[in-house]
Amino acid sequence: MSFAVQALTRSLNVFHLAGSACNNCDIEILDALTPRYDLERFGIVLVGSIRHADVLLLSGVFNKKSAIRLQHLYEQAPKPVVVVAIGACACAGCMFRESYNWYGKISDYIPIDAYVPGCPPKPEAMIAAVAKLIAKLRGS
Amino acid sequence: MGKRTIIPIGPYHALQEEPEFFKLYVEGETVVGLDIELGYNHRGIEKLSESKTYEQTVFLVERICGICSTSHPIACVQAVEDAGGVEVPERALYIRSLIGELERVHSHMLWLGLAGHFLGFNTVWMWVWRYREELLNIMELVTGNRNHYAMMKPGGVRRDIKDEDIPTIRKTLDGLHGPLELFRDAVSDDPIIHARLKGVGVLTPEQIVDYGALGPTARASGVDIDVRRDHPHAAYGLVDWNVVTATHGDVFDKAVVRIGEMFESMKIIEQCLAKLKSSPGPVDSNPKEIPPGEGIGHYEAPRGEVFHYIRSDGSNRPARHKVRAPSFMNVLTDREAVLGATVADATIILAAVDPCYCCTERMAARDVATGERVLTSRELIRLSQAKTEQLKKELGAEGPRLNLEAM
Ligand code: SF4
Repeated sequence: MSFAVQALTRSLNVFHLAGSACNNCDIEILDALTPRYDLERFGIVLVGSIRHADVLLLSGVFNKKSAIRLQHLYEQAPKPVVVVAIGACACAGCMFRESYNWYGKISDYIPIDAYVPGCPPKPEAMIAAVAKLIAKLRGS
Repeated sequence: MGKRTIIPIGPYHALQEEPEFFKLYVEGETVVGLDIELGYNHRGIEKLSESKTYEQTVFLVERICGICSTSHPIACVQAVEDAGGVEVPERALYIRSLIGELERVHSHMLWLGLAGHFLGFNTVWMWVWRYREELLNIMELVTGNRNHYAMMKPGGVRRDIKDEDIPTIRKTLDGLHGPLELFRDAVSDDPIIHARLKGVGVLTPEQIVDYGALGPTARASGVDIDVRRDHPHAAYGLVDWNVVTATHGDVFDKAVVRIGEMFESMKIIEQCLAKLKSSPGPVDSNPKEIPPGEGIGHYEAPRGEVFHYIRSDGSNRPARHKVRAPSFMNVLTDREAVLGATVADATIILAAVDPCYCCTERMAARDVATGERVLTSRELIRLSQAKTEQLKKELGAEGPRLNLEAM
């Protein structure tokens, strides 16, 4: 296991980026941090700046305005960074894929490492995704 | 006059979950101006709605906003029912109000928690959200999902509330009274909360009226409006409850109003649960056709009145669907509330109206140089025709052409 991967998977600093989400995925992400699910006990914290991020959580569809910002932010993230698409919107566009303002599949412009489907996915699903990701990164 | 500095907040920042861009103009510590830039969240819901059937539209408007994900559907189905003259069974009305009020409690708790978070009072956030989970449990029990309940449909509700679930709901709600009282006392007793919130972000009744602000934002300034009482819908005319108002218009009073409303909501929920026993029957009148016509629907969402307009041309989809969400009006009051405040207070003031940008995003294209609207509805039709023409050419298809001049 390389040093970078080891450092990355110890205590995940998460940056959460809502595209044109309906807010629900975002609230469920915050929910995962509050006492019932309490992700913070695993050292997972939300950070305020992309420059501190190990994990980039995307929620919502990205429209023509926000998709450009997403690409900028992705470029600014320290690599390696793990990108997780949360919710049907980020995975596939949900009901908004026929909209005139849909920019297209996210994976067409930035690489995505994990998909968590659901509208919104339950916090349990997000926790499962994180656990699987860590296991995969560590190669176990 | 001191030196003017701009503090950019956003569009992706730790303050609020949704993307929006604030430009705070400050002189020293004092905020002297505010610019809000939106547009990161526009998904074209009104246009999408025209391609969905009436039943599907409800699922679409539910996804306008995840927090008031039952307010938009209620307003939308009421607009459809108004257009089609559809009767709704009484039991369905009670279920609508019940779900709506459960949502209000969870939304206000969510705000209270986030307000604590913005004040740097994370204990409040964690505690309140812990109890909010109990409400989500009820939602999961009744509707099958923690959020996005998919309960509304034109003509009634999609699922009944089973008699055997009612004791569990009652028990959970009874357990919530204690925590709600705790939060009420915590807010009214804590000297730090008083110091941080009293006299901060004041909106006068005149400003509320000028900006057309709605919901708890208006009620905290003493403007007594609430569509649940003023234009009774669902079961609000059939149960006993009060509109909560306050007088100072500061952030503290906004918290007081929201907490007061939670207690009123609990009262409504109790009564609806009791009435469910005494009004058995169908929960859906299954309308088959919506004749040509227009309809409006409103609902008092946790943030204020949401308004839906539907025009039917007799087909199974809306010919026009217009949505107005309360945050659209409320967010603009930020400018009045934040002027003269300190930077440290700006975060809570900007959050005090409980802004919801996913509801708010509208589109109008303007020429930057002249400020004129460049894309009127006619031009949009023309653009879409041009695109259709181009597609037709590419696909080699032929078809009738709409005559725009005749419209
Ligand atoms: S996936 Fe569903 S819950 Fe999540 S942002 Fe999209 S519409 Fe909202």
